[in-house]
Amino acid sequence: MDILIYGTINSVTLALYALGFALVYGVSRLPNFAHGAIYVLSGFIAWSAVNTFGLNYPVSIVLTMVVTALIGSAIYLLFLIRVRGMAISEIIASYAIALAILEGLRWGGFKGMTYTLPPFVSGSTSIAGVSVDYQRLLVVAVGAALVGFLWVFTHHTRIGLALRGMAQDERAALMLGIDSDVMAVVAMALGSMLASLAALLLLPLGNIVVESGYNVLILAIAVCIVGGIGSWVGAVLAAFLIGFAQILTVVYLGAHYQMVVALLAIILTLILKPSGLFGQQKELEERV
Amino acid sequence: MNAESGQRRRERIDRGIKVRTAGLYALMSWRELAYLILPRLVLIVGLLGLPMAMPGMYWQRVISIVCIYALLALVFDFLAHFVGLVSLGGAFFVGTGGYLSALLNVKLGLSPLLCVPVATLLGGAVCTLLLLPCLPLRGVYFAIVTLMYPLLLARVIEALNILGGTDGIMGIDSLPSAWMEQYLVIVLVLVVLFGLRRLVNTDLGLVLRAVKDNDQAVRASAMNVTFYKSLGVFIGASIGCLAGACLVHIYMWAGISTFALDFSVLPIAATVIGGSGTLVGPVLGCLILVPVSELLRDFGTLRIVFYSLILLGFTVFRSEGLMVFGQRKYHQFERWKSI
Amino acid sequence: MTGQPILQVQEVTKTFGGIIALNRVSFEVREGEILGIIGPNGSGKTTVVNCITGFVKASSGRVLFRGREITGKPPHKIAALGVTRTFQIMRPYYSLPAYKNLVIPLFSPRARRTGGWRGGGRMGDRNTVGIDILEEIGFERDSYVPYKVTSTLPTGYLKRLELARCLALKPELIICDEVFSGLSMSEIASMVPLIERLQMDGITLIMIEHRLRELFQVADRVMVLNFGQKLVEGSAAEVMADPRVREAYFGSEEVEEVMVHA
Repeated sequence: MDILIYGTINSVTLALYALGFALVYGVSRLPNFAHGAIYVLSGFIAWSAVNTFGLNYPVSIVLTMVVTALIGSAIYLLFLIRVRGMAISEIIASYAIALAILEGLRWGGFKGMTYTLPPFVSGSTSIAGVSVDYQRLLVVAVGAALVGFLWVFTHHTRIGLALRGMAQDERAALMLGIDSDVMAVVAMALGSMLASLAALLLLPLGNIVVESGYNVLILAIAVCIVGGIGSWVGAVLAAFLIGFAQILTVVYLGAHYQMVVALLAIILTLILKPSGLFGQQKELEERV
Repeated sequence: MNAESGQRRRERIDRGIKVRTAGLYALMSWRELAYLILPRLVLIVGLLGLPMAMPGMYWQRVISIVCIYALLALVFDFLAHFVGLVSLGGAFFVGTGGYLSALLNVKLGLSPLLCVPVATLLGGAVCTLLLLPCLPLRGVYFAIVTLMYPLLLARVIEALNILGGTDGIMGIDSLPSAWMEQYLVIVLVLVVLFGLRRLVNTDLGLVLRAVKDNDQAVRASAMNVTFYKSLGVFIGASIGCLAGACLVHIYMWAGISTFALDFSVLPIAATVIGGSGTLVGPVLGCLILVPVSELLRDFGTLRIVFYSLILLGFTVFRSEGLMVFGQRKYHQFERWKSI
Repeated sequence: MTGQPILQVQEVTKTFGGIIALNRVSFEVREGEILGIIGPNGSGKTTVVNCITGFVKASSGRVLFRGREITGKPPHKIAALGVTRTFQIMRPYYSLPAYKNLVIPLFSPRARRTGGWRGGGRMGDRNTVGIDILEEIGFERDSYVPYKVTSTLPTGYLKRLELARCLALKPELIICDEVFSGLSMSEIASMVPLIERLQMDGITLIMIEHRLRELFQVADRVMVLNFGQKLVEGSAAEVMADPRVREAYFGSEEVEEVMVHA
């Protein structure tokens, strides 16, 4: 039973990590390897807002999300826009940004266990005999609400529909007057905001450590590859698959195998069905 | 030609001596021979003479490290520009080769002179096997997987506490003599550099370059693209494992830091600075970057920030790199031509 | 010219999402003949080639080469059996000199076995064999043309280079995808004898073409595709006289008397 509950929580956590990355890649085909770095950075921004500048918590949260969105857009406008379209250069550039941010934070002294964010709601409750923090329940609730909200957003608002159009067929969208660079900036801003939302929800459950930047990136990529690019359903399903697989290995094998599960999931997917579970792109079939 | 419009354009033409040295005509005179041989001679003599020019334990160590990184940079340049696969995780090869050589030496008691070659080939095979799933797919996946392997392997070793865990494997024999320790890696760098330059102009090398340019055409020519990519990866991985094997015997220790980020990022930064595609450029880039990074070692992970910023700058602003610029200046001259 | 079917395409269907690119297409190609495949744009001609040569997996149906099933095999294995193709969007190795383009197919296992076109069963120096093949195909041997970097060559030479790449594999069947397109009148005039010579050497050819007049000069039989379905098959005259073919090309409002008679 506790496997079910912890599995669900872990799965929603993974989905939260992956949403921002999936959005940016789905819309503008930009593999944003700086995703994990943005996650950690927004955690530290929130911490600084609360502790260094002494702002109150709700204001800090809003401020962090806005600042992170701006940082994401800046990353795109300053760097990634110049290498748009060259897949390998995009990866190298965004990875270099990630390294600069993460290792820069590490050098700047953000090390150790002292950096924490307070949870939104403290205390815990008991579900079916398993003790669960309110914060974790909040994570699940917000995660589910977020997926629902994003679905509505991309199906019923102008910007959302523009993003979807961009994701489906860039040239057609361009012909209809949707500017691909503007959409990419919007996607990066939204993706970064989703990353910071994930950070704000999840970091109170532990400490803010630079290492989690790499972990988040790997897990987000794993979810997107297993689920297939361009599919919300696939990403959510993949998050649940990997999430439960991780919890099962923790229970039966040991806590340190978690990341191995992610890597194995990626390798298995690449061997068996490279376009992912619900991949909409024919990754391998090129028009000859 | 149009009438004089008062505008000019820049024209680049091969130098006369470059044209005269094409093919057999290089033997026409001493001057032509010198034009071809001199740069290579400078490089060889320079590298071989480094240990003598900079005596002292500290500098010997630095030179060895430069050569290890040079091997990794050569691997990156070879894989990225001649096979079309961008390897973001050179540390994967170094770590595999290093640990294999350490195990062969410590557990089986083999001499380092035996461990290194065995670790090279075995490590190359192991790495190629592990990378096999992503070879039939687009290059993006190779980049992602090579990125993740060193990060994950380091964590696995740490978490499972196998292969020495966080302490690493200690008590590895060093190379038989001090001279060998200094010169082995330098000679290896020269051999690999000139070997790879030869390789990319052979028929096999042409096939690998064709796989990079146009893999559909290679398929239509009845050749298995995945096989040739694996061959390219095997060559690259073996050289990387060679570097790792040498490393652990120089340091006499193998640990998690053999999977460190430095081994992944510095070769890439060195390649972009030195000039990608030239194979000589990456070596030069290492000669520049590694001493700088040693100086920055006191500042903790600032050096990684430093490499990443350089990498970012060169990638985003698409600068050529030193050797590309240098080769152009050496082989061609420019002049204004009125239009 | 034995006249036996060398290639059999049976009920091949291919759908891309909601689009039916090929709808139960069936035909045979006899050994030693030249079959032309024509049809308006978008009728599925290149998809047929892709399905036969393995670049695209057919949704259903079979392709048989000399009685052996080659459906679903990877492209390099099909080419290794002797079924080669050229590309409509040309894919030479632009940064290499022209003769070096041939080194790659000559490196393949099939070429090594057969010695390449006109090879006696053993592969010699690939550069020399490459120049020989280029001379066969119309590059002047003593000029600098074979040594020029491919990106500087005009279309006529590039099309020949595509054919040369097929020849390096000592093929039994060459599928030419729009090999006459983009050529000037004089370039085509020199291509036609080349095609005829290939047929005389025993190679079977399938030619996908838009330029009907030139095609009818060489083709023995012609097949018409429209919207992924085979309309008619037969000699050039029979096919052009068929009203359905006219309707496919010109639409059904008015039938114009501007057809090209072979």
